Amino acid sequence: MTNYFHSVTLEEDKCRGCTNCIKHCPTEAIRVRNGKATIIKERCIDCGECIRVCPYHAKKAVTDPISELSKYPVKVALPAPSLYGQFGQDISRERILKGLLELGFDWVFEVAKAAEIVSDATRRIIGAGNVKKPVISSACPAVVRLVQVRFPNLINNLLKIESPMEVAARIAKQTITERENIPAEEIGIFFISPCAAKVTSVKAPYEKKESFVNGVLSMKDIHIKILEKIKSIPWDFDGDLVSSGAYGVGWAGSGGECSALETPRTLAVHGIHNVINIFEEIVEDRLKNVDFVEALSCTEGCLGGPLTVVNPFVASTNLKWQVNRAKERDFSGENTAADYQDLLWTKDMEYKPILKLDDNMMKAMIKMQKLEEINDGLPGLDCGACGSPSCRALAEDIVRGLAFETDCIFKLREKVSDLADHMKAFEHIYRQKTED
Amino acid sequence: MSSIIKKEYDIPANDFSLAGEASSNVRKLLTQLGVNPTVIKRTSIAMYEAELNVVIHGNGGKARVEIFEDKIEILVYDEGPGIEDIELAMKEGYSTAPDFIREMGFGAGMGLSNIKKNSDRFVLESEPNKGTRVYITIYLY
Repeated sequence: MTNYFHSVTLEEDKCRGCTNCIKHCPTEAIRVRNGKATIIKERCIDCGECIRVCPYHAKKAVTDPISELSKYPVKVALPAPSLYGQFGQDISRERILKGLLELGFDWVFEVAKAAEIVSDATRRIIGAGNVKKPVISSACPAVVRLVQVRFPNLINNLLKIESPMEVAARIAKQTITERENIPAEEIGIFFISPCAAKVTSVKAPYEKKESFVNGVLSMKDIHIKILEKIKSIPWDFDGDLVSSGAYGVGWAGSGGECSALETPRTLAVHGIHNVINIFEEIVEDRLKNVDFVEALSCTEGCLGGPLTVVNPFVASTNLKWQVNRAKERDFSGENTAADYQDLLWTKDMEYKPILKLDDNMMKAMIKMQKLEEINDGLPGLDCGACGSPSCRALAEDIVRGLAFETDCIFKLREKVSDLADHMKAFEHIYRQKTED
Repeated sequence: MSSIIKKEYDIPANDFSLAGEASSNVRKLLTQLGVNPTVIKRTSIAMYEAELNVVIHGNGGKARVEIFEDKIEILVYDEGPGIEDIELAMKEGYSTAPDFIREMGFGAGMGLSNIKKNSDRFVLESEPNKGTRVYITIYLY
């Protein structure tokens, strides 16, 4: 595995070199060069914004194919809570989980259950007091990577607890090995994911050495297959498959993690650009009276993930039905984390200063001076035609030696027109000489 | 010694949504220079508070930021009503902000002391009816 594994990738032949992705990328990680988009690996946080905005579907999230299941004698499905929002109100959670079993999984283990455990641990950590507030949720891996590359001052605010997916995978593996006496290598744990960032967090985790998850399936790939199976499952099927209450199910949408904490001193923000705005407020000490921030990269939280099927707002309504039904059964006595120590991250997160112009600060200052100068000469239209997301980003690319001033079509036009003037002047001199 | 980078920002009067734009810009600049994150945090908090004062009390003004080899110098100034009693103004909790501004969560009387706390050198000059000038120096190392 290289240093920078990314789920988000480009299919070059589909790319037309337009400016949609470069303009929407929250870390300015994409450039169009020679007519094709290229992703700057160090900068990409796998948020999937580019997947959403590309009109040619040239950006995609690499996930594992369903055929991966056959590699393991025992197959376990870990459905993300957002899966429940992908079905209408007439389809119960029991039927969705049964649908997964009929697809060939031997076990289903709700990530929602693990979410309740994580929430319990969070309540205990905030209650214990010795944490930097506001505590920022680490459930969304794109947001964690955003902190890592753009907000070094917030690294210590991150909740250093494993994500519900990891907690679920660990419990599933332990339970099955202990109860069924099956060796861990024979158990394949598959997360059913709404997003690319989760794939990356499994293949290249930041919080520990290796993930407990063996494969990540796209919700898109599996949704129709579940629907087909559900058709033949009675509407009132109850196989005792659910293990999460309303809080865990609610985690799928924006505000879900907050409400599980049972305190008003929380803030929920969704959509990566909104997240950036709130993080700026926190860095400048502007956010008051908030102990916990739930920050999710996608609009409407995980329900808006780039690998989901249903419109995020429709999914949000679907989820409300599931949450209401989940209130009938309470698992809060089981889904606790009295001893949350083993849920803590085992690796410290380091700041990745991808934005700095040079390792040497003096050199960086001189480059910055040059950058400002170049920027002042650019038209300031931020048209993106040069392949950089803004005029300032082009100026930055120029000082980094990655682009030329004439990549700007306005600069190029100036140059061409200057050249034409010179030629005219020469022609004039030449004529005068021949007339003499 | 002259500064290597010089930036100037307008600070609008009475528009809270724009307060913080200058400090946010400076933060990006310092990040690109590779300045230590703690220094960046101190700079942006001090500058934001100074900016906010100009928005609330100063009737708009300007911020001038100069970056040297070893330090950042910030001057935030306005031509507003000025401060009557500087010593009193520096007291934590003292505020002349009107009620409606407090209701918005601003004007808690911590601004100036917060600037002082986050800067290495802090000078406040003010004259009633002439305006206020806040000088902030923060060392890079």
